[in-house]
Amino acid sequence: MSDPIIKIQNMNKWFGDFQVLKNINLEVEANKKIVVCGPSGSGKSTLIRCINRLEEHQEGDIIVDGNELSEKTKDIEKIRAEVGMVFQQFNLFPHLSILDNCTLAPIWVKKMPKKEAQELALDQLKKVQIDDQANKFPGQLSGGQQQRCAIARALCMQPKIMLFDEPTSALDPEMIKEVLDAMVSLAKGGMTMIVVTHEMGFAKEVADEVIFMDEGMIIEKADTKEFFANPKSDRTKLFLSQIL
Amino acid sequence: MQTINFLKPNRDNIKNYSIIGSFLVLISLIDVISNAFLKTNLTSFLPGSLSSLFPLILGLIGLNMMRIDYSGNKTLDKLNKNINTNNFNAVLTLLILFSIIKALPPSLNWMILDANISGDTKDACTGTGACWTYIKVWFRRFMYGMYPNEFHWRINTAFILVIALGFVGYFMKENLKKYLALYYVIIYPVIAYLVIYYLISGGSFGLQWVETGAWGGLSLTFIVSFFCLIFCFPLGMIFALGRRSNLPAIKYISICYIEFWRGVPLITVLFMSSVMFPMFLPEDFFMDKLVRVIIAITLFEAAYCAEVIRGGLQSLPRGQYDAAKSLGMGYWKMHIFVILPQALKLVIPGIANTFLALVKDTPLIFVVGLAELAGMLALAKTNPKWLGFAMEGYIFASIIFWIICYAMSKYSYNLEAKYKTER
Repeated sequence: MSDPIIKIQNMNKWFGDFQVLKNINLEVEANKKIVVCGPSGSGKSTLIRCINRLEEHQEGDIIVDGNELSEKTKDIEKIRAEVGMVFQQFNLFPHLSILDNCTLAPIWVKKMPKKEAQELALDQLKKVQIDDQANKFPGQLSGGQQQRCAIARALCMQPKIMLFDEPTSALDPEMIKEVLDAMVSLAKGGMTMIVVTHEMGFAKEVADEVIFMDEGMIIEKADTKEFFANPKSDRTKLFLSQIL
Repeated sequence: MQTINFLKPNRDNIKNYSIIGSFLVLISLIDVISNAFLKTNLTSFLPGSLSSLFPLILGLIGLNMMRIDYSGNKTLDKLNKNINTNNFNAVLTLLILFSIIKALPPSLNWMILDANISGDTKDACTGTGACWTYIKVWFRRFMYGMYPNEFHWRINTAFILVIALGFVGYFMKENLKKYLALYYVIIYPVIAYLVIYYLISGGSFGLQWVETGAWGGLSLTFIVSFFCLIFCFPLGMIFALGRRSNLPAIKYISICYIEFWRGVPLITVLFMSSVMFPMFLPEDFFMDKLVRVIIAITLFEAAYCAEVIRGGLQSLPRGQYDAAKSLGMGYWKMHIFVILPQALKLVIPGIANTFLALVKDTPLIFVVGLAELAGMLALAKTNPKWLGFAMEGYIFASIIFWIICYAMSKYSYNLEAKYKTER
C-alpha cells in the first residue's frame, strides 16, 4: 500500500461560531475515486474546498501530496496547481475565449510556451468533445459544454488530484449525462478524484469508496458496493431511501 | 364611406385615421410656426384665449386619432409607444414641441441673424444680437492664455506629438502587446511630460523659456485634464485593490486615503497645494505651481476612481476568485488576468462619469491664479475695453466644454460596445 496522497487528521472548521466540520479524518490514496454525498449544509463542499485551501481550517492537519496546509504554507499556489477543481457554477472566465480559458493558467502559472499550451488545451478539449467550440466565449455555450470546458481547463494544469464540487447540480437533466461521461472517462484514465455529487449512478459506476456526511461529520465511509448494499447507520439508510 | 369618429379611432380604418390625424397635427404645428417666425396669427378670427389654445386642441385631437395599437405601420407604432401613449403624454409632447418652436426665432436672431462678427473692436457690435467679434478678437487668448503669440506653434506641435504618441498602441506588433499597459501607464506619461516640458516650457534647444504662469486657455485645460486623467486611473486602481486587501496596514491606509480626499472640497485642496504646501518644503526646493496643482487634482480624483473601481471589483462573483485561485494563480496574476479585466469593463460608465467631472472641475484652478478656458473668460470680461460680453464668452466656453465632454462620453460608449463580448 502506498502513502495516501491526501491525509486529513482531526480537522475542525468554524464559520464564526458555527462549526461546519467536526473532527474529520480522511485518507485518500493515489488513483482512488471517492464520492462524497450527504444532505445540503452537511459540509461536503467546505470539506473539498479545504483540500486546496479555498477555505482555511482552524484545527487539525491537512496534508496534500506531502505538503501540509496551514497559514505557514508559503507556496499555496504550487499546491493548488497540483489540485484541479471543478465548480458547481462552472466559473469560466467570461472575458476569455474557451481556448484562452484553458491556456491562461498553463502559460502564466506553469510558464509553458504559448504554442505548447494551445496544443495541450486543444487536446484536453478534444477529450471532452468541445474542441470545435474553442474560439467561442463561455456565454455562447450551453451549461453542459461550459462544465466540460471547466473540466478541460482544470486538466490543462495536469493536476495530480481533481476535486469536483457538485459538477452537475446546476445543469439540465439532458446535459448531466455529457458531463458525467467526461468524468467517467477521466476516472478510467486513473486520476485521483474526490467528487461531491448526488449522482448515485455515477458513484456506483466509478467510485472506490463512498463517504456519507451529515452535520459536519463523516457518518459513514465504506467501499461502494458495501455502502449501497449494506449501509450501517440509520441516517445513511434514510438518505439512501430518499435519494434512490 | 365609413363615418369618422374623431375621438374613437377605429382599427378597420387605420389609413384614414392616421392621415387625418397627422394632418391635424401638421396644421397645429404650422399655426405655431407661423406665429413664432412670421408673427402672424392664423387663428385671429377666434376669440383670444381660444386662439392661443387652438393648436393644442387641434394637435391633441390629431394625436388621439393616430393612437391605434398595433397599426402595422412601424413609424406610427413607435410614435404611439414613445410619445403618444395617452392624452396626458400627448399634451406634454405638443407643449414641448411648441416651446421649442417658440424659442427658436429669438435665439436664432440673437446668435446668428442679428449677431456681429466683423471688425476688431467693440464698436463693430452695433446690433441687438450677440457680439462674436469679441470671441474672434480674444480667440487666441482663450486658446493659449497669455502665452506669447509668436510661440503658439510650440503648443500646437506638442499637442500633435502627444496625440500621435497616444495612438502608438494601435500600431504595436502582436508580440509587443503585452507591454501595452506598461506603455500607457508609465512610458507614455513620461514622454508626454518631456514633450510638454521641452516644447511648451522651453528653456533649451534654443527655445525661449515661458513660465507656466503665462500658460492658459483651452490648452491649459487640456494639459491639466490629460495628466490628471492618466495618473488618477492607475492610482485609483491601486487604492481600490488596497481597500480590499487582507493586509490590515494596506487596507487601513487605503481607507484613510480615500475617505480623506473624498471628504475635502477640491477648492481647498487647490488652495493648500499652492499656498500652504510650499511652506512645508525646504527652501531650496522648488516645485512649479502647475505641477503642484496637477498632483493635487490627481490625488483628489484618484480617491473617486478608487471607489468606482471597487464597485466593479465587488460586483464580480466569488467563483471567479475561486476559479483563479484553484488554477494556482497568485494575487497579482489573479487580478491582472481574471479580476481586473472584468471589473474595469463593468466600471467604464462610472469611470467616464468621474473623468467628465474631472474635466469640468479644471476651471477651479482659477482660484490659484491659473487661467484655463473659463479662467480666461473671467479675465476677459473684466477688460475695460470689452465690458458687457460675458454671455457670448460663456456660451462659447459651454460649447467647447460640451464638445470635449460629449466626445469623451461617446468614446466610453464605444469602449463598452467593444468589450461587450459575452454575458
